[in-house]
Amino acid sequence: MNQQNADIETRPTHKHERTPGEPVNRNEDANHELSVRVRDLKLWYGNNQALKNINIDIYQKNVTALIGPSGCGKSTFLRCLNRMNDLIRSVRIQGLIEMDGRDVNDAKMDEVALRRRVGMVFQKPNPFPKSIYENIAYAPRMHDLVSRKAEQDELVERALRDAGLWNEVKDKLQEPGTSLSGGQQQRLCIARAIAVKPDVILMDEPTSALDPISTATIEDLMDKLKKQFTIVTVTHNMQQAARVADYTAFFHLGELIEYNDTRMMFSNPHTKKAEDYITGRYG
Amino acid sequence: MSQSFDEITAQLKRRHRKSARLKWMSMGALILAAAFLVVFIGDMLVKGLPAFQQAQVQVEVSYTEQSMQIPPAAVNDEVRNLVSRGYLRLIPGRMRDNPELMGTTRMEWVLADAEVDQYLKGHYTRLSDSQKRTVDRLEEAGRAELRFNTRFFTSGDSKMPELAGIASAAVGTVLTLIVTMLVSFPIGVMTAVYLEEFAPDNRLTQIIEININNLAAVPSILFGLLGLAIYINFFGVPRSTPLVGGLTLALMTLPVIIIATRTALRSVPDTIRQAAFGVGCSRWQVVRDHVLPLSLPGIMTGSIIGLAQAMGETAPLIIIGMVAFIPDVSTSFTNAATVMPAQIFTWAGEPERAFIEKTAGGILVLLAVLISLNASAVWMRKKFERRW
Amino acid sequence: MQTNQIFLLFCGVLLALGLAAFFMARAKATRTRASGTAMYAQPDQYAWFSVLTTAGPAVLVGVVGAFVMLLVGAEIPTPYLLSGSLVIAAVGLLFGMRQVRPDFHARQAIEKVIQVILATAAMVSILTTLGILISIVFEAIRFFQIQSFWDFITGTTWDPGASFLAAAGRADEAGSAAQFGSIPLFAGTFLITLIAMLVAIPVGLFAAIYMAEFAPDRIRTLAKPVLEVLAGIPTVVYGFFAAITVAPIVVDIAGWLGLEASYSNALAPGLVMGIMIIPFISSLSDDVITAVPDSMRQGSLALGMTKAETIKSVVLPASLPGIISASLLAVSRALGETMIVVMAAGMRPNLTANPLEDMTTVTVRIVAALTGDQEFESAETLSAFALGLVLFVVTLALNMVSVIMIRRFREKYRSNNL
Ligand SMILES: Nc1ncnc2c1ncn2[C@@H]1O[C@H](COP(=O)(O)OP(=O)(O)OP(=O)(O)O)[C@@H](O)[C@H]1O
Ligand SMILES: [Mg+2]
Repeated sequence: MNQQNADIETRPTHKHERTPGEPVNRNEDANHELSVRVRDLKLWYGNNQALKNINIDIYQKNVTALIGPSGCGKSTFLRCLNRMNDLIRSVRIQGLIEMDGRDVNDAKMDEVALRRRVGMVFQKPNPFPKSIYENIAYAPRMHDLVSRKAEQDELVERALRDAGLWNEVKDKLQEPGTSLSGGQQQRLCIARAIAVKPDVILMDEPTSALDPISTATIEDLMDKLKKQFTIVTVTHNMQQAARVADYTAFFHLGELIEYNDTRMMFSNPHTKKAEDYITGRYG
Repeated sequence: MSQSFDEITAQLKRRHRKSARLKWMSMGALILAAAFLVVFIGDMLVKGLPAFQQAQVQVEVSYTEQSMQIPPAAVNDEVRNLVSRGYLRLIPGRMRDNPELMGTTRMEWVLADAEVDQYLKGHYTRLSDSQKRTVDRLEEAGRAELRFNTRFFTSGDSKMPELAGIASAAVGTVLTLIVTMLVSFPIGVMTAVYLEEFAPDNRLTQIIEININNLAAVPSILFGLLGLAIYINFFGVPRSTPLVGGLTLALMTLPVIIIATRTALRSVPDTIRQAAFGVGCSRWQVVRDHVLPLSLPGIMTGSIIGLAQAMGETAPLIIIGMVAFIPDVSTSFTNAATVMPAQIFTWAGEPERAFIEKTAGGILVLLAVLISLNASAVWMRKKFERRW
Repeated sequence: MQTNQIFLLFCGVLLALGLAAFFMARAKATRTRASGTAMYAQPDQYAWFSVLTTAGPAVLVGVVGAFVMLLVGAEIPTPYLLSGSLVIAAVGLLFGMRQVRPDFHARQAIEKVIQVILATAAMVSILTTLGILISIVFEAIRFFQIQSFWDFITGTTWDPGASFLAAAGRADEAGSAAQFGSIPLFAGTFLITLIAMLVAIPVGLFAAIYMAEFAPDRIRTLAKPVLEVLAGIPTVVYGFFAAITVAPIVVDIAGWLGLEASYSNALAPGLVMGIMIIPFISSLSDDVITAVPDSMRQGSLALGMTKAETIKSVVLPASLPGIISASLLAVSRALGETMIVVMAAGMRPNLTANPLEDMTTVTVRIVAALTGDQEFESAETLSAFALGLVLFVVTLALNMVSVIMIRRFREKYRSNNL
């Protein structure tokens, strides 16, 4: 019943003065080059405000996990980062999302160019109704990343190897992508995303439709991929966040309640709400 | 490190141009389709609206013994060819009915010949120059003018354009469609109810379903062959009648009604059926008391659309002889009759120019009816649409 | 007149018997119930059951009798047939009354009957197809008994001119024998269909793409009814438009280009038929394009594809089976379209690839053969059925392929709104 108090109640753990957007605790193993800087981000679906004053710094070559109860705005936030929200007509956005020194929502920013650099993997695997090979080769060819057939073959193989799928599909590259199992399809989608060499890969509950073994495979994959890419992932699975993420952000009712080093978040959360959520008291 | 935004944006220019091209092309296609409609309707209006007006001339008619014998003698020879022969032909009859006319001479507004009508409307005409001068003179004197053409709506077909009307075709259409709906509505609804609510899922049911889909796509003219070979030649149903026309169209409308009814039945959620079964209703009672009432708007919408389709159908009716020349309105199901689209077809084949405007006028009437039917179907669908 | 009166009398008596059955059975059931006996069914249900036993067999006998008369040609005098039927009605009435018993499940019996009636109604559509098939096949066989099948499908001259003389047994008077080589007719049909498809598929498909992918809701809600109006225009109207408006324009333009065009050129009906088919293609394509799941589009956009690239490389390939299926149905429509070609295309069988010349089609010849003054037995009349048979087979095949393709598409995306 002391909801207001819970909001205010924080534990004095930080040693230096934080700017808004910085995590409560630093993960000393992590890289701290800035990838995306979000300041005072507000978003409305019509009259319904889904994001309130979000401030967060996302660092390069890390895995950042977004957690929080259903409907708290995780996917909405994720979609802001590559402007997939443009596809929803009622959306209105305020605030700054900065990448590479540019405001992502600026009128001069081409959303197609943005999406080239910020790829996305969806909750349900959505391979194109094309062959496995074409699923991957399609985008790089359009982007002129390859000019010769040999180059293209090489790129497809690289992407599939990076996605840990090569050994399973190398003999059936011409079969339709939809003929794979769910976990394989999801890795195909990851391969497809990394084939265009983005900076950031957004993943919205990438394992929620998968069995435990495929989930474990994809978690391993995320760990490997963060050497090359910045990964922002949404998950409902606490253990998964704890296993793969360097930093974790906890959302609640459209607000970013706590952004913290993952180990600290799960061992000694800074806010009461995060603690309640993590210990399973609600949500 | 990957490319910067500026590099990528520069590369994207060409691709964005291509993208815009697709958008404009596809928009162009839609505009083209709409333009066809506008051009088409405009063309029909320009050609058909004059049909709702008809030239009348004021002439001196003398009712004498002579005009009883030779009707054209009733008007003086200067204007004789400007008056409709159809009107002149009626003079003896009128004199017989009204004996007091005998011996009088009156100024009367009478129906003008089609050529005068075309001339007044500014179309090509076969009138000689002197006749044209006469008409001009009459017009100046206020003795020739265009008036609303009531006859177009009240009389049947005629070989004289100024006398031809759509009444017999309209009545024929109504009679034919009555037969069509009496046959296809109950059978269609019953078939749909059977397939959706009763039929076991076996081969026969599948065959019926496939068959209905195919029937919906069979060229209409083949239904005419069926009507000719089975109804007329085998069962001896009289040719050219609303009965045989209606029966033929009924078979064409059947799949439309079945498909619409099935969609409507399917949109009633199963929970309603389960609830009704739960209170002890039998299968038939569930259908009669719950499912059918709820799907009635959908059924009606589908039936109206089927009706509109049947109303515009011509090809099969030509085969079974419903392009007959019907000067008088007949209200019997077993007399020769014609229907609106068949009347349009007949007029379109007439050589006189004046019939072009009759044809277009008939088309306007038919289109008005069809568009209001379809609009009412759309309105009904909107009004009763229910989201479960 | 005589038969009519007898028939009316029959209906009257039957109606009276039916009413009697209803009220008597209901009264009896009400009485039984009033006496305190529990009954399986409501009085009304017994009443309806009696009506069924009275009228059902009687009508059945009447109908079967009529059929026997037509089929076997046996002359059963109508009065005998109808009075026999009335006797059966009376027997049925007695039976129905006997069945008003507490232990009789009247409701279940009625429902059985209803189900049989519904199933019978469902058979009508099968009978219709059979009817079409039988009527066409039998007459077509008779045609091929007179004319060689081989000449029909390989001959390049269609000249039935003298066939009515042959039918009248005066074949020798005709200058030359009638010829029924159908190739020029099919060539004409396919050329006009081709022109129609060249108009309808691109315009219809692009319009569908615009409506499904680009159009704001406002335009969508406006454009749909416009296309529906276009689809609801009767073909006879399109035919008039083609003959009176489009054909002269084609002739003028051709003349301006220094080409010679006939007033019944194939281009005008082809173009107008294309316009007629646009809404058909666009609404079916719109359905399949919107049925492609949004996740496909998002997947492509998230890779940095432009909208057009997404449509071209992902959406269209995914909806291709549906689009092909729609196009096949459209082809089948164009092949069987009658009024436009009857009014705007020529009557002269003409084997040419020049769309500015006049040429004729299968449907035109069917109409011509059946509206002339020929004897029904003449080869020309029968040729209509042979042509109809080919038309039926071709359109049936197209429909089947199209149905199978759309079913595959639907299974793939499990969308149920098609
Ligand atoms: N397209 C939309 N139109 C309108 N409101 C939306 C839309 N998408 C999401 N919302 C609303 O925005 C809020 C946040 O939704 P969002 O999908 O971001 O939640 P989430 O945290 O991803 O939830 P989950 O864990 O269930 O995926 C919710 O209240 C939701 O109702
Ligand atoms: Mg979500």
